[in-house]
Amino acid sequence: MNTPESGKIEIHSEEFLHALMRRQLKLSVACAAVFFAALFLLPLANYFFPEAMAMRVFGFPLTWLILGVLFFPLVWIIAWIFIKRSIALEDAEVREVMVAEQKQTGPPATHP
Amino acid sequence: MTPFLAITVDPWILTFSMVTVLVTIAMGFWSARRSKTASDFFVAGRSVSVGWNASAISGEYLSAASFMGIAGMVMSSGYDALWYPVCYACGYLFLLLFIAGPLRRFGAYTIPDFAEGRFDSPLFRKIAVVFVLFIGFFYTMPQMKGAGTTLHYIFPDLPYWVGVALVGAVITLNVALGGMKGITLVQAVQYWVKMFAISVPIFVLMAVYGNYGAHLARNDKSTPPSALYQASGAATNAPVPFSSANESGAIRRTLPAKAPNDESWLNPFGPLTTKAAKAAKLSVVESRPYSLLYTYSLIIALVCGTAGLPHILVRFYTNPNGTAAKRTTMWVMVLIGVFYLFPPMFGVVGRNIMPELYNGVSGVKGTDGIVLKLPAILRERYGVLGSILSGVACAGAFAAFMSTFSGLLVSMTGALAHDVYGRILRPKSTSEQRLRAFKIAAVIIGTVAVLLGTLVENFEINFMVGQAFAIAASSYFPLLFMSVWWRRMTMRGAATGMLTGGLLALVGISLTSYTTFVVTMSGKYTADTMPGWLATLKANSLETFWAAHPLWRILSEQPAIWSVPLAITLMVIVSKLTKQEIPPDIRMKMLVLHAPEELGLKQEYIQEHLAH
Repeated sequence: MNTPESGKIEIHSEEFLHALMRRQLKLSVACAAVFFAALFLLPLANYFFPEAMAMRVFGFPLTWLILGVLFFPLVWIIAWIFIKRSIALEDAEVREVMVAEQKQTGPPATHP
Repeated sequence: MTPFLAITVDPWILTFSMVTVLVTIAMGFWSARRSKTASDFFVAGRSVSVGWNASAISGEYLSAASFMGIAGMVMSSGYDALWYPVCYACGYLFLLLFIAGPLRRFGAYTIPDFAEGRFDSPLFRKIAVVFVLFIGFFYTMPQMKGAGTTLHYIFPDLPYWVGVALVGAVITLNVALGGMKGITLVQAVQYWVKMFAISVPIFVLMAVYGNYGAHLARNDKSTPPSALYQASGAATNAPVPFSSANESGAIRRTLPAKAPNDESWLNPFGPLTTKAAKAAKLSVVESRPYSLLYTYSLIIALVCGTAGLPHILVRFYTNPNGTAAKRTTMWVMVLIGVFYLFPPMFGVVGRNIMPELYNGVSGVKGTDGIVLKLPAILRERYGVLGSILSGVACAGAFAAFMSTFSGLLVSMTGALAHDVYGRILRPKSTSEQRLRAFKIAAVIIGTVAVLLGTLVENFEINFMVGQAFAIAASSYFPLLFMSVWWRRMTMRGAATGMLTGGLLALVGISLTSYTTFVVTMSGKYTADTMPGWLATLKANSLETFWAAHPLWRILSEQPAIWSVPLAITLMVIVSKLTKQEIPPDIRMKMLVLHAPEELGLKQEYIQEHLAH
């Protein structure tokens, strides 16, 4: 089913696409920055502070505990936040378009 | 004759392994009867629930590298090997953040589908399809090594290549008959087999021989030698305090000379990353910058490479809608993350209680078999329990290499049948002809994969998978990432970047692998007994060149640090030069990639396309 003509103008505008991509990219980059920082900084920490990173915690060297165990919960947290936010973002985008359509055409449009 | 077999083959291990294989085949046949159309074969008709799909994706993702390779490499190389599981998980996250959603909305089944659709170029599809095969074959080699190692463990008299051929034949048959629908179900079950098989044995082992931390604590060069020689008899039934290495109760046997010492094994920048610098005879301090470079290049390869694996992406389409796809991915992150906690434990415990595997170096008798062999050590105290747990581990190994090999086979066969046959050779073929082409293509690819697999007996599983990731990172990753987020990309820009980055990475990796191959081959002979052809190969094996230029060796063995930026730069430059070739309906394409599926832009796009 096609979107009503007036809604089409809204969705197909340059501004809509720009805003859409910028919002998505912002969310993705913010999430990626956290784990990239961790991935990038850990080798540096190993390189410049070998003694501190070799400190024993429950038998584990600190750096082993971080890389072999603690990294995974970090990944889960990032994934969870991303998924929650991105579903919310999509819902908001859909709502935005609906509202714009309603303003112009009156009755709510059905979507496939 | 029969008693001979009965002595060398453990019935429990054989039973568990056979059951896994038979159940896999049975499920393949069962679902083959239920999948009839070609679209069933390719993406399972898009009708799989979140739980099943998450298990199936995880099952496909956890290959022999995850199940056997990580443990083997942690044992052989120590800390540095931990980057692999972490980056496999992070890579999946990276895929989720930047590529999975848009690609799903675009509705392309495979990467070549996407390449064609995004640039309206059937030519580019033909170029892109090549890398499905390149990456696929590099990724099937380690699976075959896993198969050969496992069968050699179950049947010690069986040569490595027989194991590879047997497993390859069984899986190829299964794929040719079952297709993807079968694989979704089989792989979901196989995830849980793998999870059970990696977790239960290690919990029992740690309860008996001391826990993870306690075993790590034994890797302490200050431990007095007397404590190192402790035999296997120490009782560890009492709860173990792990404040002190000597009181921890973790058993340790004498390490053979081939094992890396405690300090280099336990700490970053160990044997894996210093290989090149060591061959160049650099001092420990001098080799550290090289190790850092190696580590970063490895991280880039693994994180970016996941996004470019041909068999992973196709899975995002087996969800009914975008929200379900996202929920599925969350579950996948959890399922694979939990799994990855376990393999390093095998490596750590294995170093202390099964150090004899260090003598097998990287061959079939080496550390790659630790996950299978370690539980068998329980036989010395609890008899049959050791055999049962070792059998469970073997079942997990079968599940690992069978599921990944199947997934790859489907992708590669799909590329050959769907693209090369269905689009290039016979565009007018009927549905039946295509289905037959699928089966023939599966046999061809399976045969090539087996032949390649027989060559890699002396390569570590995990290392080879890392190489496949590096090629994916240098070819498909830049293509997908840039095509999704940069609208000014042109077909020529994309093709130049993908081909240059991917092929240069492929060449670099092949060069160092070739050297390793020749050097290990010639290592079996002395100067007098070596055949002439091998001596010639050895003389031209680049061994001396790599020793003189450790930096080149690292950049060649782990190319991602230069090949990924190179591919992206070339894409930008060539796209700018060919600005006039930007697809005219690029805004619509970008909308389809980024607008929520509920807005129905995909349907609109298809209608517009049909009208043209």
